[in-house]
Amino acid sequence: MNALNRSLLAGVALAFSAGTSLAQTTVKWLHLEVNPAQIKIWEEVAREFEAKNPGTKVEMQFLENESYKAKLPTLLQSNDRPHIIYSWAGGVLKAQVEAGVLQDISSQIGDVRDTISPAALAAFTVNGKTYGLPHAQSQTGFLYNKELMAKGSVDGSTIKTWEDLLGAVRKLKAAGVTPITVGGGDKWPLHFYWTNLAVRIGGKAAFEAALQGKDGGFEGETFQKAGEYMKQLVDLQPFQNGFLGFKNPQSTGFFGDGKAAMSLVISTVYHQQKALAADKVGITDDKLGWFDFPTVPGGKGAASDTLGGINGWLLTRGAPKTALDFVKHFVSKDVQMRLAGANFLIPVVKGADAGINNAFMRNIAQNLARSGYHQNFYDQDLGPSVGRVVNDATAELAGGSMTPRQVAKAVQDAWKQGN
Amino acid sequence: MIASSARRQTGAGQMTAVVLFLPPAILLFTLFVVLPIVEAAWYGNYSWNGFGTPTNWVGFDNYRYVFEARAFGLALRNNVLIIVVSLLIQLPLALTLALMLAEKFRGAVALRMLFFLPYVLAEVATGLIFSFVYDGDYGLLASIYRVFGAEAPHLLASTQTSMLAILIVVVWKYFGFHMMLFIAALQGQDRNLIEAARIDGASRWQALRYVSIPLLYPTIRLSIFFAVVGSLQLFDLVMPLTRGGPADSSQTMVSFLYSHGVTRMRIGYGSAIGVILFVICATFAITYKRWFMRDE
Repeated sequence: MNALNRSLLAGVALAFSAGTSLAQTTVKWLHLEVNPAQIKIWEEVAREFEAKNPGTKVEMQFLENESYKAKLPTLLQSNDRPHIIYSWAGGVLKAQVEAGVLQDISSQIGDVRDTISPAALAAFTVNGKTYGLPHAQSQTGFLYNKELMAKGSVDGSTIKTWEDLLGAVRKLKAAGVTPITVGGGDKWPLHFYWTNLAVRIGGKAAFEAALQGKDGGFEGETFQKAGEYMKQLVDLQPFQNGFLGFKNPQSTGFFGDGKAAMSLVISTVYHQQKALAADKVGITDDKLGWFDFPTVPGGKGAASDTLGGINGWLLTRGAPKTALDFVKHFVSKDVQMRLAGANFLIPVVKGADAGINNAFMRNIAQNLARSGYHQNFYDQDLGPSVGRVVNDATAELAGGSMTPRQVAKAVQDAWKQGN
Repeated sequence: MIASSARRQTGAGQMTAVVLFLPPAILLFTLFVVLPIVEAAWYGNYSWNGFGTPTNWVGFDNYRYVFEARAFGLALRNNVLIIVVSLLIQLPLALTLALMLAEKFRGAVALRMLFFLPYVLAEVATGLIFSFVYDGDYGLLASIYRVFGAEAPHLLASTQTSMLAILIVVVWKYFGFHMMLFIAALQGQDRNLIEAARIDGASRWQALRYVSIPLLYPTIRLSIFFAVVGSLQLFDLVMPLTRGGPADSSQTMVSFLYSHGVTRMRIGYGSAIGVILFVICATFAITYKRWFMRDE
C-alpha cells in the first residue's frame, strides 16, 4: 500500500515536472486579415518566431472586420483576451487606453524606437505612453483605368484640381462610361470624399481647431465647404447605378472588371481589385493609373497632404513579454521588407521601402514620405461613435437626402454628444 | 419514484417536484434572461462605451436621443410595416395554401415541403441569396428585366424600394411556417363536424366559413402572435441585404440597436433602445395573451 502510494506520488510528480518543462508560452494574436496570400506570409513569420524561441507558440485568431469591432470591448475585458490586437489607432485606441485594457510598452521599445517612422509611432502613443507598434500605412487617392479614361479622352495624370475631376466626369459621362465606382452601401468609402476635401480646404489647422471646438467645430466653414464641393460632384451623378447598395468588395470587383473608370480608394486596393475581379486578373499594371486627391481653389492644405490609414499591433494588459518580442519581430526590417516586396503594405520601418519592387507602391511610399500632414481616417480618428456619423451623413449627402450644411451639423452634434 | 409518489399523495409529491425541478430553471432564467434585462435597464442610464464599469450617469438622456433620432422613427415605421404585411398578406396567403394542401391529393406533401423549405433556410443565407437575386447588374431580377429589354432597378440601393425588397423576402421566407401551423391544425380537426355540416346542407364554402375556420381560430391567434413578435425582432435578414440602409430607410428596431448602439460602442444608448424594444414586446405579449389567448 505504502509502496503503491509512493509510486503513485512519484508518477504524479513526474507527470507534473514533465508538464512544467514542456509548458509553453502561447502568444494569442488576433487579426482581421482576409487575404490568404498575406496570411500565408504572416504564418511563415509566426513559425520562424517559434523556431527561434523554443517553448513559444503563436496562436493566430481571426475575426471579420465588423464583428471584430463589435466584439473587441467584451473580449478585452475577459481573462482570456488575446495578447496582440489589430488597431487603426485614433479614437478607439484612446477609449481602450482610458479603460486600462492595454499595456504600456514605452520603456521596452528602446531597441526598435529609432527604426520606425516617428509619425507612425506617434499614432500609437497616447499622453506620452506607447501601447503598440505600427506595421503599415496607406494613402487614399484615385485609381483609374487608362483604357476607359481614353474613351472619354481624359488623361488621368493631368487631373490636379477639383475642376479637372469634375471635367473628367462630364467627359466620361458624355462618352457613356461610368466615371466612378464606390461602395456606398458600406458608407465609409463615401466619407473619403468629404474628409479628403476637408484636408485640402482647411489643412491640419482646421481639423485641430474643430477638435477643440474652435471656428464652429465640424460645423465650421471648412467642413461646410467640403460638403458643397462634394455636392458639386454628386450632382453630376458620377457613380455607378445602385451605388448606395454596393458593398466595398463589390465595388472593388466592379472596378477590377473594368466597368468604371475611377475609384477613390485606399492604396491597398491596387492588389485587391485583382483578387476581387471576376477573372482574378483585374486591371493590369499597364492599364492602371493613380492620381492624388485633387486640390481646391484657395485651399489651405498642401497638395502633398495625405489621408489614409496607420495600422499596427497593440499589446493588451497582462500580455507576456514574448508577445511584445513577436510584434518587434513582425515590424523588423526583414519581415517588413518581405511584406512590402509582396506589395501588401507600405512599410513604416525605415529602409524597408527598399523591399518595394513595383512602381505603383513605390509612388505611394514616396507620397507618404513627403506628406507633411497625414490625416488618419476620420471614422477611426474621431472614435467609433462620431466616425460612424461622418460615414452616415456623407452617404446621405451622396444619396441626396442631406445638404452640406446638415452633414456638418450632424457631425458636430455627434462630436458634442460624444464628448 | 417521484411520479408514483405524486400519484399517491399529490400535495407532498408536487412539492418535491417543485423543489427538485424549479431551482435549475429559475436559476438559468434569472441568469440569462432577468439579469440581462435589469442590466440593460441600468446601462441605459449611462453614457458608456463598454469598457470598464459605467460611471457617467446621464439619466434619461439616452432615451431622449433615441426618440430624437430619425433612424428610430424609420425603424419603428418599418417594424409596423412588417407587422401589417405579415398580417394582411402573409397570413391570408398561408391560410389559403393550407386549406388547399391539407387535403390528400397527389403531390400535396411535395408541395408542402416546397413551401416550407424557405423557412428551413438560415436567415443570413437567405439574405445573401436575395442580395444576389436583387443585384441590378448580375442578379436574377436583372436578367429577367433584360429579357424585356429594360434596365433593372437596384432595389436595395434606393430609399424608396429597399424596404419593399425586404418585405418580399420576409413573406417568402415565413409564409411556409404559418402554412404548416394551419395544416397541422386542419388535419387535427374532426372530419365528422364537416361531414355533419355537409349533410345538413351546408355548401363547401359554408362548411369552410362556419366550421373549419372557426375551429382554426386558436391557431390563427397563435400565428398572429408569432408573426408580430417575429416582425419586431427581425434583424438577420436585414443585415446581409441592406444593413438598414440606404440612409436608414430599411432599419428595423434591432438593426438600429446594432448599428447605432453596438458597433458605435455606445452601449448605454444601445441598452436604452433595447429597453424600449423590450417594453414594446412585453406590452404586446401580455395584452395579446390577456385579450385574445385567454382560453388557451
